[in-house]
Amino acid sequence: MARTILEVKGLKKYFPIAAGEQKGKVVRAVDGVDFFIREGETLGLVGESGSGKSTTAYCVIGMYSITDGEISFKGQDISMHSSKRPLSIKKDIGMVFQDPGTTLNPQRSVKQILSLPLSVHKIVDKRDPEEQLLKLLEEVELPAEYLYSYPASLGGGERQMLAIARALATDPSLMVLDEPTSALDVSVQAKIINMLLRLQKERNLAYLFITHDLSLMRNLATRIAIMYLGKIAEIAPTETFFSAPRHPYTQMLLSSIPVMTEDEDALKPKRVVSRGEIPSPVDVPPGCSFNTRCPFVTDGCFEEDPAMREVGTDHWVRCHLFA
Amino acid sequence: MTQTIVDIRDLYVQYRTFDGQAKVLNGVNLTVKKGEKVSIVGETACGKTTTVKSILRILAPQASIPRGEILFNGSDVLKMGYSELNKLRSSGASMIFQDPTMSLNPVFTIGEQMEAVIRYSGQSGVEQKSVRHELAVKALEETAMPDPERILQSYPFQLSGGMRQRVCIALSLATPRDLVIADEPTTNLDVTIQDQVLKILKQRVEAKGCSLILITHSFGVARETTDRIYVMYAGNMVETAPTQELFREPLHPYSRALMSCIPRLSGGGMAEGIPGRLSNYHNPPKGCRFAPRCPEAMPRCHEEKPESIDVGREHQVACFLYDKDGGK
Ligand SMILES: Nc1ncnc2c1ncn2[C@@H]1O[C@H](COP(=O)(O)OP(=O)(O)OP(=O)(O)O)[C@@H](O)[C@H]1O
Ligand SMILES: Nc1ncnc2c1ncn2[C@@H]1O[C@H](COP(=O)(O)OP(=O)(O)OP(=O)(O)O)[C@@H](O)[C@H]1O
Ligand code: SF4
Ligand SMILES: [Mg+2]
Ligand SMILES: [Mg+2]
Repeated sequence: MARTILEVKGLKKYFPIAAGEQKGKVVRAVDGVDFFIREGETLGLVGESGSGKSTTAYCVIGMYSITDGEISFKGQDISMHSSKRPLSIKKDIGMVFQDPGTTLNPQRSVKQILSLPLSVHKIVDKRDPEEQLLKLLEEVELPAEYLYSYPASLGGGERQMLAIARALATDPSLMVLDEPTSALDVSVQAKIINMLLRLQKERNLAYLFITHDLSLMRNLATRIAIMYLGKIAEIAPTETFFSAPRHPYTQMLLSSIPVMTEDEDALKPKRVVSRGEIPSPVDVPPGCSFNTRCPFVTDGCFEEDPAMREVGTDHWVRCHLFA
Repeated sequence: MTQTIVDIRDLYVQYRTFDGQAKVLNGVNLTVKKGEKVSIVGETACGKTTTVKSILRILAPQASIPRGEILFNGSDVLKMGYSELNKLRSSGASMIFQDPTMSLNPVFTIGEQMEAVIRYSGQSGVEQKSVRHELAVKALEETAMPDPERILQSYPFQLSGGMRQRVCIALSLATPRDLVIADEPTTNLDVTIQDQVLKILKQRVEAKGCSLILITHSFGVARETTDRIYVMYAGNMVETAPTQELFREPLHPYSRALMSCIPRLSGGGMAEGIPGRLSNYHNPPKGCRFAPRCPEAMPRCHEEKPESIDVGREHQVACFLYDKDGGK
């Protein structure tokens, strides 16, 4: 089996609230998360808005100082903030954000955008710097003449391809992709996903792929982790996740997805109808955080927060029903 | 025969911009019968919002309508005067937006806003505050909102996104209407909340017997909510068919391409996407606007604009592949 490349243990990230009515409280954005990623695989991270997906990603790339827990990469501790990480590690983890418009400097040409990571990491090909950039463009299927364009003249999909090229420039072994296609039309999304799958194969890349689109996940993840209010509710190999979801929240989410075909309808759990509102991460209910919406809730669910338990190969569930 | 509520015929809409006229709607046809639920599905910027805003005549001031007719219950909206338009907006059709802050005023309570809408609907008894209050409570109860009295006293910012959208549904159905237009009402909501909101929208529209136009990017949402679907591309309705039929047999090359791009919950891998990009509206292709990207385009497609052809009951396609004269 492939080696583990990233391991996250007991990760917590709390944000203190500095002003307003809730001053003094904390947002428990990520509240004790464990997962690992193997070389060359895609771990999908799904969950609804505010569940802590992006915060988890930002902790992994070192953009935030973490509140508690451990992160290790290729056996090396990387729990510290990015500014304290060795350059060799930073080079080995790439990141692509949801909105390419806001992460690409509009004042810089495509050439400047792609050159920056190369010069920061001192890996500019001195013999033919331009050829190196053209290769990157080719990797993401953008025409060579774009080298002297500015982001504003590119379409949304093309901007995202440029952001991917920028992340690839340092030849990382792990890429963190935070909803890279959710601002794009499905016809553009399809192109980008195909490209990402090809690059993964060619370079044996590992992906931490964040999306709230479970249908998309189905078609690209090796394993899926589902978050709810800062915690992972269930983590399972993709096939198992869809054919035998265990956690009541996984079932509720799956049953809520609008789909196009009867084959897909057949996959949706019928018993768990969506109800209730998602509580605020500032006031997480005591006990199991899903207890306000769960149809199978019992008295114990209000008293004790369930622990993660292994229910099959690579299949973990955090719910008292599986104690 | 069932009464037709909306009948848009050969509608052209353009926007004045710095670069000249953006010729967006390019001969749109759309009909909605009494009690019918239809959706408009298409990618960003294809003209969905422009289409429905023209029904209520709430287009931006840069917009003009060089050609076309919009009949609402038989009268032409484009020829209506001030008082007729007012009546259309207060008791004919209502609109729910993607972003509820478009329709909810942040400085008034939900109760104040609901009562105002009810007051101007012209129903009997609404001069009395108690009647208005009762109608507001009832409308909220019907959307499965817990604790309507508290909601009525709340300001919009005190409610969650899902609750605000349910308030908008309640508001749009608090008074009798012939048509509800919902423009991506659940795009900002989480899947589980979207599911709740769509179920309520569908159920309320059915209970009141009014018609629905739902705009969405998602074929899944369209399939689960509406009876008939319009597929829109670059300012044209390229295909319309009863929901089941469209999924069984999409005919327009764009409908097929678009549907194949959608990842399936049942797996099966990703499609390749559609080559090229949406053409610009300042200089649109002369013939079929999809021709530059269409895998089946024939010479004729680059020259002439295809008209809608009947290919089955309530099933129309605007594509020369289905023309009896073929690709000539
Ligand atoms: N810098 C910050 N300061 C304070 N609170 C934050 C900060 N970043 C995130 N949060 C809060 O932490 C919680 C988790 O946010 P996060 O962005 O990780 O969610 P997400 O799962 O990525 O959601 P989405 O699907 O909307 O992107 C949210 O309640 C959010 O408001
Ligand atoms: N006020 C305006 N001035 C100039 N152009 C406009 C104006 N409103 C809309 N447009 C243009 O008309 C086209 C269609 O816009 P419209 O909002 O109808 O699309 P849509 O299908 O609703 O897209 P979306 O899915 O993104 O909401 C777009 O190219 C848009 O830029
Ligand atoms: S622990 Fe209880 S409340 Fe939480 S998901 Fe399981 S059954 Fe539901
Ligand atoms: Mg996020
Ligand atoms: Mg729109």
